[in-house]
Amino acid sequence: MSTLNPPDPLLKIYSDTESVRSSSGIPIADRVVTDIFAYTEKLTQRVVIREEGLQSSWKDNIDKFVISRVFGYPLMLLLLGAVFWLTIAGANVPSAMIASVLFAFQDVLTHWFQLVQAPAWLHGVLVLGMYRTLAWVTAVMLPPMAIFFPLFTLLEDLGYLPRVVFNLDNMFKKANACGKQCLTMCMGFGCNAAGVVSARIIDSPRERLIAILTNNFVPCNGRFPTLIAIASIFMASTLFLSQSLLAAGMITLIVLLGIGFTFVVSWALSKTILKGEPSSVVLELPPYRLPKVGAVFYRSLIDRTIFVLRRALVVAAPAGALTWILANVYIGDVSVIASIAGVLDPIAKAIGLDGFILMAFILGLPANEIVVPVLLMSYLATGQLTEFDSLFELKKILLANGWTWLTAFNTMLFALLHWPCATTLLSMYKETGSKKWTFMGFMIPTVIAFSVCFIVAQVVYFLGLV
Amino acid sequence: MKLLSVPLSTLKPGEKSNVVHLDVLGLLRRRILDLGIVPGTVLTCIGKAPAGDPIAYLIRGTVIALRSEDACLIAVEQV
Amino acid sequence: MKLKLGDHSNALQYHSRVMREQFGIRTTGEQYVIALAGNPNVGKSTVFNALTGLHQHTGNWPGKTVDNAQGNYSYRNKSFLLVDLPGTYSLLAHSVEEEIARDFICFGQPDATIVVLDATSLERNLNLALQVMEISSKVIICVNLIDEARKKKLSINFDELEKELGVPIVPTAARNREGLADLQKAVYSMVVEKKKTWPKQIPYSEEVEQAISALLPKVEELSLARVVNPKWLALRLLDSDVSFIETISRYSAIQPLRTVASQRQGGEFTL
Ligand SMILES: Nc1nc2c(ncn2[C@@H]2O[C@H](COP(=O)(O)OP(=O)(O)OP(=O)(O)O)[C@@H](O)[C@H]2O)c(=O)[nH]1
Ligand SMILES: [Mg+2]
Repeated sequence: MSTLNPPDPLLKIYSDTESVRSSSGIPIADRVVTDIFAYTEKLTQRVVIREEGLQSSWKDNIDKFVISRVFGYPLMLLLLGAVFWLTIAGANVPSAMIASVLFAFQDVLTHWFQLVQAPAWLHGVLVLGMYRTLAWVTAVMLPPMAIFFPLFTLLEDLGYLPRVVFNLDNMFKKANACGKQCLTMCMGFGCNAAGVVSARIIDSPRERLIAILTNNFVPCNGRFPTLIAIASIFMASTLFLSQSLLAAGMITLIVLLGIGFTFVVSWALSKTILKGEPSSVVLELPPYRLPKVGAVFYRSLIDRTIFVLRRALVVAAPAGALTWILANVYIGDVSVIASIAGVLDPIAKAIGLDGFILMAFILGLPANEIVVPVLLMSYLATGQLTEFDSLFELKKILLANGWTWLTAFNTMLFALLHWPCATTLLSMYKETGSKKWTFMGFMIPTVIAFSVCFIVAQVVYFLGLV
Repeated sequence: MKLLSVPLSTLKPGEKSNVVHLDVLGLLRRRILDLGIVPGTVLTCIGKAPAGDPIAYLIRGTVIALRSEDACLIAVEQV
Repeated sequence: MKLKLGDHSNALQYHSRVMREQFGIRTTGEQYVIALAGNPNVGKSTVFNALTGLHQHTGNWPGKTVDNAQGNYSYRNKSFLLVDLPGTYSLLAHSVEEEIARDFICFGQPDATIVVLDATSLERNLNLALQVMEISSKVIICVNLIDEARKKKLSINFDELEKELGVPIVPTAARNREGLADLQKAVYSMVVEKKKTWPKQIPYSEEVEQAISALLPKVEELSLARVVNPKWLALRLLDSDVSFIETISRYSAIQPLRTVASQRQGGEFTL
């Protein structure tokens, strides 16, 4: 008794009633809603009583600043910078602490392996490959993310995000996109795959697709700490500004650059393959609510820790093992990893990187978290990275491998702009149901990352700045 | 009696008005109706974004922002 | 005495299961499925977390939840499967995440639907509640955020509201775990003890009623009208766009025996 037997009787009645729906005068849909609201209005008047003595609260006045002409944009920028600064300044000490504990334990592990006279390759794969990558990811990724996300969640619970949408919507309109794309970008900070899924809140399929294709320009949990680490080690403190302040400035710039690319690409898409006019935006601005600070911090901290550790276990550890093997299996007298890097080197050099960096990004396709550990391991193929207890160590290694400020800058650019990780691509495929758009989601950032880094590198080379 | 109506987008912050007529079509019309914007509803303009657009309105106790192009399509009379 | 939905007919139970599996809902043994519906940002996920002990993401902006989530809780030795839905302003809305919510409310065959309302804007929130009450009699209204309402010096006469709407009303402040025990009790009474409700039907104006009556004879001829409230069907034929009508067709083809709209007969419906 399927009702789908053609012609569907339901659809037939529907088309027969077309005349009623489109008859002149007030449409029936309007009448229905008007009736409902007439009823709820009366009912609410009866059951809700406004008591006397309502004092005005901070909530009534805060929007005067948050969405004001004068303070709106500066406040956003200030908050962004402040959150980054707190993240960077706060992460240093716990990072070093976690590193020293985890790397001390590595020595213990090594000792145990020696005790049972385990073969060197087993120690290599498990300890130097797996454990060390795990330790590195935890030490470098966890502290900044465990500071950034609680702060972010606090703003989110307060009700700040819809105000950001409100302030920025006009720019998105100029790019023929939807202001709610902002919210998907905010989710992208946590994870681009989540950002892609959150694009469901955008009504227009065209604008939703734009949001999906550009989400990658927001640095996610896996890339953000990499950016922070590089920014931190290559920004020396000056007389007036502390190193963390400078690094925060650098990160803010990088993030703003990502946002800039989001606008430009959204605009370009609307002018080419996703042609269309901006559609409507209906945005609710909920009242500010005072977050339960303790609970929010606690929850968010736990959530992030679990997230980072899970990613480290699931992706980083196996990748570490694999990289160690690649770095220690020799063909002739070059390791596999070095020969791959050798092949990539010419292209990489042209865009201001080196073969190892590009290879690390390629191996990082499953998860961006592993880019730096893989890179370090391939630089130190034989495994002297036992003494890692500060970012200075990292700087020494990078400098020893020929890094200049251009390498650092372009690595950050490439990390910001390059292809999305495999999970994000999978989400893109699920959300769009289209191989073509998933492919575009891969190609657009890739082409942009290569072009931008190429231009920067060539200009710098040409001007003889490095 | 014919009412003298203006587009909602011309309201200045603080001004109150009554919805007279909706010119909106399609999906947006549905949304606007579902939020309780029907003829007779009282809307108060709360403020504009720094760039002048979108504009926030108080509607049945909640704040809803609309782009000015869309607000243009809602005819209101001032109260 | 066991009073489980579908006891009176194995076929019904089978079909409910098929239906729920459409939505990725898998119940284990004797479990009651409870949907959490409501406008965006009213605290559905907070209620969900408080009852299930899970940690769905919450945030003070509309649209935080964009997919169904499920979790269990037990109350008086009965097991309940709670389904957190994305927020939606109405059952006729059209973004992807709202369709997910709408489809589950209309076709997911929950044993009961909790409609969460924002105590500080009942006027708008009641719209969705009334729409849900039009298709199902198994509705519990949870008026959340009463702490915010108190701060705004709003006092709500819940008894009066309950009398008017004819379904259980439970005031809560989910973030402070206030009123949750009452909510669990209300759910229990409804699905286990089969407490009756008399959901208020929207008083439509003359014109709308006339249009419905004009269409009703034709609608009642449909086989679908034996399982869906014909009046509701007639209304949707009059005010929805074609995609929703197609969705109704599609779901009724998968599950011709009993859609949620028939729950107004209190689950005693037999074909
Ligand atoms: N003061 C107060 N805040 C609450 C209460 N319940 C929820 N909140 C807050 O309200 C906000 C929205 O809560 P959510 O649970 O995410 O709302 P939701 O209905 O799931 O929202 P969507 O998924 O977007 O539809 C969060 O910031 C919660 O912390 C409450 O009882 N009192
Ligand atoms: Mg939610």
